Amino acid sequence: MAKRSAPEVNAGSMADIAFLLLIFFLVTTTIETDSGISRKLPPIEDVEDPPIIKQKNIFTVVVNRNDQLLVEDDLMELKDLRAAAVAFLDNGGGQGEEACDYCKGKRDASSSDNPDKAIISLQNDRFTSYNAYISVQNELVAAYNELRNREAERLFGMKFTEMEALAKDGSSYSGNRDRLKENIERVKLMYPQKLSEAEPKK
Amino acid sequence: MSKFKKKKGGELPAISTASLPDIVFMLLFFFMVATVMRQNTLKIQNNLPSADQVEKLDKKDLVMYIYAGKPSQRYQSTFGQEARIQLGDKFADVKDIKAFIEAERASKREELVPFLTTALKVDGETNMGLISDIKQELRQVNALKINYTTKKGDVFRNMN
Repeated sequence: MAKRSAPEVNAGSMADIAFLLLIFFLVTTTIETDSGISRKLPPIEDVEDPPIIKQKNIFTVVVNRNDQLLVEDDLMELKDLRAAAVAFLDNGGGQGEEACDYCKGKRDASSSDNPDKAIISLQNDRFTSYNAYISVQNELVAAYNELRNREAERLFGMKFTEMEALAKDGSSYSGNRDRLKENIERVKLMYPQKLSEAEPKK
Repeated sequence: MSKFKKKKGGELPAISTASLPDIVFMLLFFFMVATVMRQNTLKIQNNLPSADQVEKLDKKDLVMYIYAGKPSQRYQSTFGQEARIQLGDKFADVKDIKAFIEAERASKREELVPFLTTALKVDGETNMGLISDIKQELRQVNALKINYTTKKGDVFRNMN
């Protein structure tokens, strides 16, 4: 007598079960945004006597309650802000010890001495919208990144933003990581991000 | 009677659906892997602004989320139209932030505490006053690493 084979399990409804699960996961999936502009807040400490900063080394950006920009006492459109910030940071108007040999700016004596001295001061109103604030922040960070990219490409043949991305997720990077971090620090020192935020006006 | 019946011509054979479960399972596994379960139910409108100079937040478990924005439609009758802060699952006040940060810190291993980042997920329409208050509170508890969570995109879309 021939052996009876085990009866086959009907798999016809497997697709239905899988569909059910699939739809559940489709519905619950939210593609989370987890990227943004990173900032560091200044610690609270009482500075006894704040260092005196020359007016020409400060680049003031004021955003008012109607989301209008006032840059160095002039009304400005958002699209011009990045170029203005780059021109200010890269000016390199200093003489002697304060000279900046890698700056490619106009060397205007009435603008910043060198990138290390240049400070961007951002002030906003309590009624400024968050949209406007983020836009301004983004443009200012973009100005720094533009200059850092330029120097990183000149020195290391690679964009600064790419270097940072590599340093963060190291698995794909085969070169010397310590060296990479050193290079990043070097570029950061050339154009240190000095963005000061004043308390909003009441 | 013949052993080999001739098939009646013209009729198309049915398409085999035997591999359908396989295809569905493939999709299922993709979504299972890609799914991040939402930790918090949003009770506020949260239309983030766009920016293009963004950095990725890599370590998800080291991020504390603070949400802010106008209450969603169904909460507006109880909580009004003013922008509010949401911590975890609940509406909160500015002065609750300190306790929230401390609680988050206590739940993490001690050596990881310095790497904690605060992600601000704030609706674009919110006034800066509220955000300044949040930042002031964060400075007081020494949670200085913050991240303004944004969508990826052109900033000029924010202004309209």
